[in-house]
Amino acid sequence: MARVEDRIDVELAAATAADDAAHPRPRGDFARLPWGSFVIIAVLILVAVLAPLIAPHSPTEQSLPDKLLPPAWEAGGSTRHLLGTDVLGRDVLSRLLYGARVSLIVAAVALLAGGGIGLAVGIVSGYLGGRTDSFLMRTVDATLTFPTILIALLLAVSLGPGLKTIAIAITVLIWARFARVVRGEVLAVKTRDFVALARVHGCSHLRIMAVHIVPNVLNTFMVLLTLHIGFVIIIEASLSFLGAGIPPPTPSWGQMVSDGRSHIASAWWLSVVPGAAIMLVVLAFNLFGDWLRDWLDPRLRQV
Amino acid sequence: MQRFVLRRLAQSVLLLFVLALVVFALARVSGNPADLLLREDATQEDRAHLLKALGLDRPVHEQLYLFLAGALRGDLGESIRYRKPATEVFFERLPNTLQLLPLAMVGALVIAIPLGVLAAAYRGTIVDRISGAVAVLGIATPSFWLGIVLIYVFSIRLGLLPSSRMGGPSHYVLPTITLGLFLVAGMMRLVRSSLLEVMGSEFVKLARLKGLSQTVVIWKHCLPNALIPVTTLFGVYFALLITGAIVTETVFAWPGVGRLTYEAVIFRDYPLLQAVILLKAIIVLGVNLGVDIVYAYLDPRVRYA
Amino acid sequence: MAAGAPVVLEVRDLRAYLYTRWGVVRAVDGVSFALREGETLGLVGESGCGKTMTGLSLVRLLPEPAGRIVDGQVLLEGEDLLTKSEPEMRYVRGRRMSMILQDPQTSLNPVFTIGDQILEALRQGRADGGRSLVARAEDALRRVKVAAPEQRMRAYPHQMSGGMKQRVVGAIAVAGEPRVLIADEPTTALDVTIQLQYLALLKEIQARTRLAMLFITHDFGIVARMCDRVAVMYAGRIVETGPTRALFRAPRHPYTEALMASVPRMEGAVTRLPSIEGQPPPLHDLPTGCRFADRCAYVDDRCRREYPPTMAIGPAHEAACWRIERSPSSR
Repeated sequence: MARVEDRIDVELAAATAADDAAHPRPRGDFARLPWGSFVIIAVLILVAVLAPLIAPHSPTEQSLPDKLLPPAWEAGGSTRHLLGTDVLGRDVLSRLLYGARVSLIVAAVALLAGGGIGLAVGIVSGYLGGRTDSFLMRTVDATLTFPTILIALLLAVSLGPGLKTIAIAITVLIWARFARVVRGEVLAVKTRDFVALARVHGCSHLRIMAVHIVPNVLNTFMVLLTLHIGFVIIIEASLSFLGAGIPPPTPSWGQMVSDGRSHIASAWWLSVVPGAAIMLVVLAFNLFGDWLRDWLDPRLRQV
Repeated sequence: MQRFVLRRLAQSVLLLFVLALVVFALARVSGNPADLLLREDATQEDRAHLLKALGLDRPVHEQLYLFLAGALRGDLGESIRYRKPATEVFFERLPNTLQLLPLAMVGALVIAIPLGVLAAAYRGTIVDRISGAVAVLGIATPSFWLGIVLIYVFSIRLGLLPSSRMGGPSHYVLPTITLGLFLVAGMMRLVRSSLLEVMGSEFVKLARLKGLSQTVVIWKHCLPNALIPVTTLFGVYFALLITGAIVTETVFAWPGVGRLTYEAVIFRDYPLLQAVILLKAIIVLGVNLGVDIVYAYLDPRVRYA
Repeated sequence: MAAGAPVVLEVRDLRAYLYTRWGVVRAVDGVSFALREGETLGLVGESGCGKTMTGLSLVRLLPEPAGRIVDGQVLLEGEDLLTKSEPEMRYVRGRRMSMILQDPQTSLNPVFTIGDQILEALRQGRADGGRSLVARAEDALRRVKVAAPEQRMRAYPHQMSGGMKQRVVGAIAVAGEPRVLIADEPTTALDVTIQLQYLALLKEIQARTRLAMLFITHDFGIVARMCDRVAVMYAGRIVETGPTRALFRAPRHPYTEALMASVPRMEGAVTRLPSIEGQPPPLHDLPTGCRFADRCAYVDDRCRREYPPTMAIGPAHEAACWRIERSPSSR
């Protein structure tokens, strides 16, 4: 007797054909992997970790005679400073490499904190339902429609800039997004039979949430995390650009763009290079996140 | 319907109150707020005077009361930098921002919707791929960097467009593009995926069974349904615009409230920042409330409830 | 009966395949039948046998890009629809051939009033000098027994019950006065009491307009009520066609027999509900011989090797089974 899975009836075929038309899937062969993104992300992590070893100069070392040198491929540039120098003679390439650390560290901390809170809120809200859910979701909606960057700026001014401030600020910004999506997933999971069975067996709510719900929403959560890396990096860069990020002398890409602004006419590389780095990295993470989502959880496509 | 309006109004007021509390709390979180609120060259007298005015020697709830009472009167403190009431400074600059925001929003809609429709209708073809690439790039590009690059290319190198400040129509071009690009990218992806979803609906088959062409079916039948998610996100888009305006106005030296926010941060002008945030909050909440009401009115399911 | 009436629709060896990630699904794999004016032909089979795809192929609205008609002819009043261009097909749809879909909840666009949707259908159809479109729309609603049509015109789909929505869908379908109506399980999603009313309505419309109906269903009760003739479909092909009464009394294809036997009867003691053992073959991986072979009580070697041709049994009654060759008379 044929296995049920072997029996492809016409309706299923038609339905999936329509679904395929709406959501093209990668066929799963190697050509479809986002190699470019993998490479860029790998390079980024390597660079961030090995910055002290591979940077040609110290990022804070000033050298006024060498100030405002163009990149090596332009007239007047030198191979000692491949990407040129800034107004204080600091090597742009080295600052770029060290800046990668800032971006990654802030992203990691903020994502873990914000993601963690969002996950917890989403699970509690979705699972408990009722008033709790109502209240929490209203809070989420309020956070989403409010330009929370303003809170981030306020934090920066009142608490003083630094890693802690910016981490808190970005956490405030992103937790709501996680909460909303996770809650949706929880709503789908909690109607499944094994949850009812757990209740019948007398499991407490907390145990059900921790043991049954969490593993089933983890997939979605992971995808959401990767999709937000790019977003967080841009936020951090924007905050740094506005002077509310990691303070000098630690180089951060956003700050570099800001510093370079006043010299844009004569030294375009000061702003363009770090900005291009931001764009490239965010692009890579976004494409990677899209691929991961398509691979793991196609239902998230609308996010 | 009326109940809905009242409920939303109450929610907005509550949110505003919570925000005021947050602002109030943050000022006191890292030491004496008087230090945040005073100029550097303030004298001991000034400080004592401020302490008394804010009631900083009194219990917290009294301070809160004073703060709120002042806020309701329109007194949100004096800007350290401008030496004028913060609210005054804000409203001076507000019209300038209000010129930029709708331009960016309309521009984004006008570009994103047709592109999204084309991408969905010609799914898989070169049109789709190009617009997909534009969208992906648009989302990844930090708007502050985009603005600077645009200035460099169009203003400095090509000398075609002005690089800063307000002025004639040509001054609006680059800031609008910078502000709108992120929005266009996001909207376009949403329109495309939403449309593809709707195109699979049964009523599309029925529409074609009436003898309508695919083009008519897409634009007349599918698009209104597909735009529903876009309109629900209007509030989010507006918040994005307000946020984006901070950076865009800074880059283009546009004298609006976005740039004012930046100045407040850079100069650590706490009273001004506080005022800007609360006033912007009122605007955002007001706009969201208005949109929700309009949307509830338009949705036949709510209107006749 | 409609015997002798002109043939309005003739389908010859229609093949429509779906190209999916599992392979080529041969949803409609050599389907032939004829429909006369005023006649109702039932197309029955279990879910997944290809009946809906057949209906969609006739109006050329298969899900794209996966679905494609690969062979055959669909002759509507002598003209082959499969050779027509898309603009020509648009003219056919609604005006000469129309369709009612299964789920009334999703057939209507939620953002337009039903008046708008009926008017839209009328605008595509023939002009009727003298009467305004709105009057004609209200008439259309009256003809499907919707009360207070003037108010209903301004209503939105979500304000109506399923039964009423399906009536509106029916009104839209016949607005253009088509010659052929394809009804794809129009009552499956309706309450049982409403079902009968709806079927009676369809019959009435048919009597008035001499409409030819292709009625797709899996419910033999409806077949008995509505259809003059029946075609039984299995795994993409028609296995038996004949007048309803003859088919019910003396089914000749083992699948039809088994289907009839599995309809529960009220009389007599029932120890176990009869059903057909096994599953239909996967449509992307079909056997070369008879597709029912694995589940057939009368199977022999030849059945597995060669697909049986369609053989005549009685007047306008035929089936594709080797058994008929072995014992040509019934039973």
